[in-house]
Amino acid sequence: MTDSILNSVLLLTSLGIFAAVVLYIVSKKFYVYENPLIAEIDELLPAANCAGCGSPGCKAFAEKLVNTEDISALFCPVGGNKVMQLIAEKLGKTVAEKDPTVAVVRCQGSCEVRPKTTIYQGPDSCAISALIYSGETDCQYGCLSEGDCVKVCLFDAMYMDEITGLPVVITQKCTSCGLCVSACPRNIIEMRPRNKKDLKIFVGCLNEDKGGIAKKACALACIGCDKCVEVCPKDAIIMFNNLAYIDPVLCTLCRKCVPVCPTNSIVETNFPVKKEIPTPTLPEGKGVYPQLQKNQLEKNIKAINETVKKLKTDA
Amino acid sequence: MLKTFQLGGIHPPENKLTAEKSIQKMAIPKVVYVPIAQNIGIPSEIIVAVKDTVEIGQLIAKSGGFVSSNIHSPVAGIVTKLDKIVDTSGYKKQCIVIRTDEKNLSNFEKIIYPLKTNIELSSTEILQRIADFGIVGLGGATFPSHVKLHINPDKKIEYLIINGVECEPYLTADHRLMLEKSAEIIVGIKILMSALQLKKAIIGIENNKKDAIALFKNLTQNESKIQVASLKVKYPQGSEKQLISALLKREVPKNGLPPDIGVIVHNVGTIFAIYEAVQHNKPLTERVVTVTGKNLKNPANFWVKIGTPISDLIKEVGGLPEGTRKIINGGPMMGKAIKNTDVPITKGTSGILVIAEEEASRKKTENCIRCGECVFVCPMGLEPHLLMSLAERGLFERALAEDVNSCIQCGSCSYVCPSNRPLLDYIRFGKNSVKNLTLIQN
Repeated sequence: MTDSILNSVLLLTSLGIFAAVVLYIVSKKFYVYENPLIAEIDELLPAANCAGCGSPGCKAFAEKLVNTEDISALFCPVGGNKVMQLIAEKLGKTVAEKDPTVAVVRCQGSCEVRPKTTIYQGPDSCAISALIYSGETDCQYGCLSEGDCVKVCLFDAMYMDEITGLPVVITQKCTSCGLCVSACPRNIIEMRPRNKKDLKIFVGCLNEDKGGIAKKACALACIGCDKCVEVCPKDAIIMFNNLAYIDPVLCTLCRKCVPVCPTNSIVETNFPVKKEIPTPTLPEGKGVYPQLQKNQLEKNIKAINETVKKLKTDA
Repeated sequence: MLKTFQLGGIHPPENKLTAEKSIQKMAIPKVVYVPIAQNIGIPSEIIVAVKDTVEIGQLIAKSGGFVSSNIHSPVAGIVTKLDKIVDTSGYKKQCIVIRTDEKNLSNFEKIIYPLKTNIELSSTEILQRIADFGIVGLGGATFPSHVKLHINPDKKIEYLIINGVECEPYLTADHRLMLEKSAEIIVGIKILMSALQLKKAIIGIENNKKDAIALFKNLTQNESKIQVASLKVKYPQGSEKQLISALLKREVPKNGLPPDIGVIVHNVGTIFAIYEAVQHNKPLTERVVTVTGKNLKNPANFWVKIGTPISDLIKEVGGLPEGTRKIINGGPMMGKAIKNTDVPITKGTSGILVIAEEEASRKKTENCIRCGECVFVCPMGLEPHLLMSLAERGLFERALAEDVNSCIQCGSCSYVCPSNRPLLDYIRFGKNSVKNLTLIQN
């Protein structure tokens, strides 16, 4: 009895020791050197593995950062300038500084403004819907409302608005990784600069049809009327194929284009509501005074003019 | 024992409602919308301007490259617009809009051609004429015929196969054409045989068209070079690869074409168009279209000018019935639902199918139960369930390795799936993504 216990204990112990020795030798013999910097850089990265940088994950990006001489073309959109600065310090290389961006949905075609003309019953995928035909509405440029962008978002920064049938970006959560941009078969989602108060002005339409056709398909469509182009003081608006596009680099967010748009295609977000300048109404009874003063002034000017004339003719 | 292809295949209800109805002449439409992308490959280039007067058969768009075709005016009239109009793809595409001048009907309309049997042109002249007169494959794929007939000299062609299968349910356009223009089709076959110096031709017809088989057997009694083969009714026998397998038991190699195994295949409609082009100088400006559907008042077959809006055809058969849910361009298996009835008829439109609510709506998609039914019916020996799940998960490189490109998109898998899974939709998506992927990589 005791023999068998002793035997098994001895056997297992010796097996364990043997395995440990083998493992030790193997780990020494086949040791693969990895630059310890890679692990350190990997620690700094956000570990989202979103592939927004172009590499298939954070570890691969860290490897790339360490092994590439010039890393000014590499950028982690999720970590942003903060993380890239830390990496630059650690590696002693220079990194590019990029303005933070945020995803915007350039379509306002809700069920209300863009009537449905057909019914789609295929799989819940925008990519397939776009492959089969031009969508449930008469607009062949707008949102297909199947939510491919929401499905790919790793940060829960998008959701489908059930009333409008359009995707909505939660700006605070958006890391601008760009997955939704590449998922959209219609290229509706664009990365635009993000500022402190998250003020944005963009054309919420991609319809390239002529005015009448576009307007028929969607009440909020850009009809290519050129009014915004004329009013823009910075020449930031480009009209191409009956569609306006606001260049985010040139735009100074002056909001002049927004009220002139006849179809309300231009979207402004998070701006304070414009204060309406009240037309001055003078309280009754006191209104006579300025009028009087004005008349008096005119009379005086007239008198002066006449005297000047007289003097001239006399001379 | 009737011949048929070896692998897979299904037999959906035939519903050939218009098989007994002879082809009627459609009234000339007031306005035609001629899309410039009417063939597989490169779209044609417009050579007319707005306000130009055009004759019937005048060249209005010339071939834009090698795999492209000429387009001729189907009517005499005035070009009113060059505009983008929703075509059968559902997207707006460039079209030439011609308003018909009703007084000025050219001679093309009035002549009823007598049968002309002697072939006067030489081989190169015949091939040139097929290219010039814009002949494309009228079976539905619209592959330019002159490209198909442009054969590498080191490939020896033994057989010309004439595709009179028409395996799609509902459609009877080819069937009626075979019955009414049989003598012309025989001449057309001889034209192609003389152009390519071929020794043998086989006409393949499915056994549900017994009258056509009998007629052709009778006509070819004294022709030793032309055979008529009756085939077992099975979908998708009208596909090139399946038809070759059924008739000759030869298999087209992967990524290869029928000339690699010494065969060329042409549809009966194409043969008739070639006959008219070669013997009567007539460009391809009209085709046979079946307008059908269970609830239609009088479904029929028509000779239709290319560019006629579908609404004109529907008016001709008694208007849209109550409860119509879907209008399909083509047959029920491979056809595509259209967005509105202003869509014009193109060279590839073989039928218009009007179906009601209960047939049109899709059933709820369930989970795959691994029954293997789709694998069993796939005529290309693929695994549709696997291809679908690969496309769904975005694994396009593996889909390419699993040979997604061999899919002929016949839809047999979606038809038999007991869980109503949209297999074909995902496979199409996979095929398209693989194409884009390889484009990027090159």
